Amino acid sequence: MSLIFRLSWRNLFHDRLRFVATVIGIVFSIVLVTVQMGLFLSFDRMVTTMIDHAPADLWIVPRGTKCFEDPSLVDERERFRALSVNDVAQALPIVIGFAQWRLPSGGTTPVFIVSSDTRVGGLHPWSLVEGSLADLAVPGAVAIDQSYFDRLGTKGLGANAEIHDQKVAVMAVTKGIRAFTTTPYVFTSLDQARAYVGTPPNKATYFLVSLAPNADVAGVRTRLRTILSESEVLTPSEFRSRSRSFWLFGTGAGAALFAGALLGIIVGTVIVAQTLYSSTKDHLHEFATLRAIGSPGIYIHKVIILQALVSAIIGFSIAAGIGLIIVDATAESALPVLMTPTMSIGLFLLTVVMCVLSSISAIVQVMRIDPAVVFMR
Amino acid sequence: MTEAVMEAIDVVKILGRGPGQVQALRGVSLTLAGGELTLLMGPSGSGKTTLLSILGCILSPTRGTVRICGQSTAGMQPEDMAMLRRDRVGFIFQSYHLFPTLTAADNVRLALDVRGEASRSAIARTKEALAAVGLSHKMKSFPRQLSGGEQQRVAIARAIVGNPSAILADEPTSALDSENGQAIMKVLAQTARDQARAVLVVTHDPRTFPFAHRIVRIEDGLIIGEEKGKAGFN
Repeated sequence: MSLIFRLSWRNLFHDRLRFVATVIGIVFSIVLVTVQMGLFLSFDRMVTTMIDHAPADLWIVPRGTKCFEDPSLVDERERFRALSVNDVAQALPIVIGFAQWRLPSGGTTPVFIVSSDTRVGGLHPWSLVEGSLADLAVPGAVAIDQSYFDRLGTKGLGANAEIHDQKVAVMAVTKGIRAFTTTPYVFTSLDQARAYVGTPPNKATYFLVSLAPNADVAGVRTRLRTILSESEVLTPSEFRSRSRSFWLFGTGAGAALFAGALLGIIVGTVIVAQTLYSSTKDHLHEFATLRAIGSPGIYIHKVIILQALVSAIIGFSIAAGIGLIIVDATAESALPVLMTPTMSIGLFLLTVVMCVLSSISAIVQVMRIDPAVVFMR
Repeated sequence: MTEAVMEAIDVVKILGRGPGQVQALRGVSLTLAGGELTLLMGPSGSGKTTLLSILGCILSPTRGTVRICGQSTAGMQPEDMAMLRRDRVGFIFQSYHLFPTLTAADNVRLALDVRGEASRSAIARTKEALAAVGLSHKMKSFPRQLSGGEQQRVAIARAIVGNPSAILADEPTSALDSENGQAIMKVLAQTARDQARAVLVVTHDPRTFPFAHRIVRIEDGLIIGEEKGKAGFN
C-alpha cells in the first residue's frame, strides 16, 4: 500500500464516528439521487412506451398534438391523401381516449383505450402472458395488464366487465404495460374503441404510416406535409421527444424530479465537505508538518482527495446496494424505480465529483497553513 | 570545518502589521558550516525560532540575504521554498510532530515519499536511518507505543533520512529526561560528523553544551555573542 494512501486511509478511519457520519451523508444523498433519477428514467420510458411499440415509420397526428395521450382527432380523408403519396404502403388508424370501466362492486373507474385494426396490424398489446392477439378480434374482447387486476376488479382472463355500458371480456393479459397517469390501458379493436370513446367512424386519433421498403423517409415526409392540411407528420423520434418534453417539462413533473435529485447532490456535497473540513482541521498540525518538511502542495492535495475518493467508493457501494433493493421493491408498482448500467456509472462519477468538490474547502484550508506553526507547541 | 552550508547576512524580520508589529530579528548574520554542531541560545522572545524558521526556508526575511548551499532564497515562491526545504533541510521539533496513525518506519519514509521516492531503496534508507538512531527494533511501533526519547529519535531519523545539508532542531531535549536528552544529543553530534552537514540546535538546555562546536547567543533579535563549545576544542 502506498504511503500516501495509507496516510489518507488512516486519517479517515482515525475518527470512526465521523467517518460513519460522512458515509451516511453520501449514502443518503446518492440514494435520494438514485430514486429521483430512477423515477425520472421510468417516467421517461412510460411516457413514450406506446410510441416505442408502434410499428410506424411516420405518424400523422392532429395539428398541435402535445403527447400520445392527447385525444384530438384527424379526419379519415387525411389517411386517403397520405395513401396517395408514392412509397406510403399503409396508413393505419389508431383510436385512443378515456372511457369508464364499470367495477363489479359498483361504481366506475377511468381507463385509457388504445386500439388499432386487429386484422391488419398496428399498435397492439405486447408482452402477452395469457390469451392472444387473435382473441382480440372477438366482439367485446379487451386486453389489460395483470398489474391492474385489483384496480379494475377483475380476476384476469375470461372475466367480464362493462365499458361505456357495453359488455367486455378480458381475452388477453399483458405484463408490464403500465401507464404513468395511473389510468390503466385497455387494448381493444378499432370499432369497439370508437364506441367506447365516442369517436365517429370517419375520424381517428392518429395514422401510423408504414413506407415501402427502401423508401426515403425524409422525402415522403416532405410530400405528406405538403398535402396534409389539418395534421402534422412526425417521425417516431420527434413524437417521442414531443411527448417527453410535454410530460416531463410542460407539466413540471420532470422539474420536480430534477429538483429532488439536485437537492440530494447539494445535501451530499455539504455533508461530505463539512466532514472533510472538520477532519482536516483535526489533522492541521500534521499537514503543517508535511508542509514544513517540504511536501509539495500536490502531495497534500492527493492526501485529501484520496480521503474523498475512499469516502465516495464506500458511500456509493452502500448506496448502490440500497438502490438495488428499492428497484426490486418497486418493480411491480405503478411507477417503478429504474436503474440502468449507464445510470449506475453516472451515479458513481457523480459521487466521485461530489466528494472531490467537497474536498476543495479542506484543501484551501490546508494551503493557508503557515508551516511555522510547527514551532508553536 | 568545511564550507558554509547556510548563511544569514544582515537578516531583518518584522512580524505582524500596524501598531502590533514586532521586529523579531534586527540585522542578524550567521554562518553554519558543515561538520559543525551549533547551539543557538537565548531567552524567550529573543528571535531564536524566527531565525531557525528563516534559515529553514519556512519564513522569508523582511530584509537581508539567506543562502542555502550557496543558493539565495530571495524572490522564491512558497513552492520553491518547500522544494529547497525538502532537498536541503531536515527539521526536528520540540513536540516531535510524528503522525500518530503511521508507524515509526512510515513516519521516517514520509520524508522520502514527499520527494517522490517510493521505491524499495526508500524502504532500505528508512531502515538505515532508524538503525542510525538505534531504533531498528521499533520500526513497526506507532508513536503512542514509544517513549518521548524514542519518538524524538524517530523524528531525527526522519530529518536525516533524506541526507540533508542542514539539520535544524528546535528544543529537541526540552521534553526529555536527562538520560534521553543526552542520548538525543549524542545522535545529533554523530550526525554533525558528516563534513557536508551543519546542525543547528535551538536550546535552553545546558546539558547540550558538551556536544557543541559553537554556541551562539541571541537577545532582542541581535546576536550578542559567540563562543566555542567543548566539542570545538576536540
